Amino acid sequence: MEWMRKNLFSSWGNSLLTIVALYLVYIIIVPFLDWAVFSAVFTGDSRAACLGPDKGACWPFVYANWDQFVYGRYPEAERWRVNIVFFLGAAGLIPLLMPSVPAKLYNVIFLLVAYPVLAVILLVGGRPGLPMVDTSYWGGLLVTLVVAVTGIVVSLPLGVLLALGRRSEMPVIRMFSVIFIEVWRGVPLITVLFMASVMLPMFLPEGVTLDNLLRCLIGVALFSSAYMAEVVRGGLQSMPKGQEEAARALGLSYPQTMIFIILPQALRHVIPGIVNTFIGLFKDTTLVLIVGIFDLLGQVRTQLSDPNWSAPQTAVTGYVFAAALFWIFCFGMSRYSTFMEHRLNAGHQR
Amino acid sequence: MNNRYIALIVGVFLGAIVTYLLVPNAPPPAPVDQAAETAPAETLRDAAGLTLKAVKERGYLQCGVTQGLPGFSNPDDKGNWKGMDVDYCRAVAAAIFGDDTKVKYRPLSAKDRFTALQSGEIDILSRITTWTMSRDTSLGFNFAGIIYYDGQGFMVRKSSGITSAMQLDGATICTQTGTTTELNLADFFRTMGMKYDVLAYEKNDEVSAAYDQGRCDAYTTDASGLYAERLKLKNPADHIILPEIISKEPLGPLVRQGDPQWEDIARWTLNVLINAEELGVTQANVEQMKSSDNPEIKRMLGSEGAYGDGIGLGKEWAAQAIAATGNYGEIFERNIGVNTPLGITRGLNALWKNGGLQYAPPIR
Repeated sequence: MEWMRKNLFSSWGNSLLTIVALYLVYIIIVPFLDWAVFSAVFTGDSRAACLGPDKGACWPFVYANWDQFVYGRYPEAERWRVNIVFFLGAAGLIPLLMPSVPAKLYNVIFLLVAYPVLAVILLVGGRPGLPMVDTSYWGGLLVTLVVAVTGIVVSLPLGVLLALGRRSEMPVIRMFSVIFIEVWRGVPLITVLFMASVMLPMFLPEGVTLDNLLRCLIGVALFSSAYMAEVVRGGLQSMPKGQEEAARALGLSYPQTMIFIILPQALRHVIPGIVNTFIGLFKDTTLVLIVGIFDLLGQVRTQLSDPNWSAPQTAVTGYVFAAALFWIFCFGMSRYSTFMEHRLNAGHQR
Repeated sequence: MNNRYIALIVGVFLGAIVTYLLVPNAPPPAPVDQAAETAPAETLRDAAGLTLKAVKERGYLQCGVTQGLPGFSNPDDKGNWKGMDVDYCRAVAAAIFGDDTKVKYRPLSAKDRFTALQSGEIDILSRITTWTMSRDTSLGFNFAGIIYYDGQGFMVRKSSGITSAMQLDGATICTQTGTTTELNLADFFRTMGMKYDVLAYEKNDEVSAAYDQGRCDAYTTDASGLYAERLKLKNPADHIILPEIISKEPLGPLVRQGDPQWEDIARWTLNVLINAEELGVTQANVEQMKSSDNPEIKRMLGSEGAYGDGIGLGKEWAAQAIAATGNYGEIFERNIGVNTPLGITRGLNALWKNGGLQYAPPIR
């Protein structure tokens, strides 16, 4: 009561604003809850269950198509491979993210060296006991995660290198970095993907074919490295010159200066920017739909064309489901970055 | 936790992976696949019989379909492709291999469909494509026939009492912008000397929503599209599709020009499905029908003559296709017919004997 009086109703103006805000929340939340919960349909096995003028969300559509949303058209008998890849990814990532778990070095080696190799073998197959699964069968959350994770893992180191290159005193390296960054930043991602899928095959030598998904992965990774480079450069710019001079005065070489003195401080400054780029990249993966690859959103849209599930609320339900899944991933990344900032800034807190 | 143990575990693990990597690749089917894909499109295009040969070597048919259109080609909730266009691909695969699962579907957007066929990425395009002169001639394709006679129609509310497009004078009509539907609409109303207002939207979903909210009296697009959109309305049963069709949209499968044998396979598979309906051969009775007394059925099912030889397939080819998908009527009823959610009546797509346009040359 005391808190409310102080914070919400401290003056006439504030009271009015509070009431208006509460009213706005009321008119948005109540119909949404009504749609998503109270009038929603939770059971059923076809569109018949969701038909009717006052029915809300058609959740059975989501359960029935769950496998399609997660694996796309990955053959049913081979889906255990995807599950193992998901599981190993989580098993490698979660301990790495928890500061208190030991053996970080081995964890990083597992995640960055062993895991990608293992994931490719399992997902693509073509080895004894693992039949080949063409990437045109991949879809749904699997594709979203493959594209996003590759982009994130490749873009950070490449971005750091490009940022250092752009500040380098060697003209060739500097020019190369500047041109690379400006070219990739100056082109929309949708164009990059389109070029990767339509134009690239024309430049490749006769007989060399690159998988469609692989082309997209390369495009996305290079595109996000350019953005990452500028974020990292922002961090490098913020470092006082004294830091570098002091390091050089102590006799450290350039790589030592960068790795032990400058980058650890610079990267810490730009954590919000880096995570921002990651989140942006995660959401941009939906653009792969234009080159005929079905990510989570694309898969939801394709499944909407099933006449057995075509009902007034099915489309909205599918989109809300996709939005919720994207939100969970992005919010997770955002919360973790906040946690990291607090931890690393322990000495600087105001 | 002792780091040495972790190192040991990681080491063993990495060792296992490396060993596994050194195991040679499983041989087929990858090499065949690559050979077919890297073969230059020219050779595929320029000689008779090469497409069939490539398909047989590869072991499956590559079929271009939509990225999802209810009843024509759409994935169901198990991930299997369903629909008229898909069933046609299955029939072709069954005619070639005797196995309708040997098809790889390639979902294509309207933009990419022709490039995919030209480049040899797919063998057959079965994707609600209207047969027009320019596509048949200058784009370098050949149409195998007409699987569905479509055309622009109107949907109205039952409560409006309208039963014919001639009663639409002064109506407000919803449609999509930037398509030929708007032009056809203008032509139709001008020819009939009627007035109308048009309400055009960018996206199909917006048009549907506007119509459902009562902002217009009628909704116009291709009839097959009207049936699909009707499913998304609040009360589908309150709306009817008027009988008048104001444009010609014959939809059919197509192949690259230059391989007459492949074209024949595509054309005669469709003809067999239509002939089978006319002769009463169904998925269920195709085995008994092989011993039928009717010479036409005997020729079709291969108990007399060997008509499949002319297109490089065995004499069972037609029987295999029918056994996989059923005849044209069965395909229609299963995917878009009156007992499906779409509820489309045969109309123009009835057999010629029943007043429709579906007519196939005889097998003789």
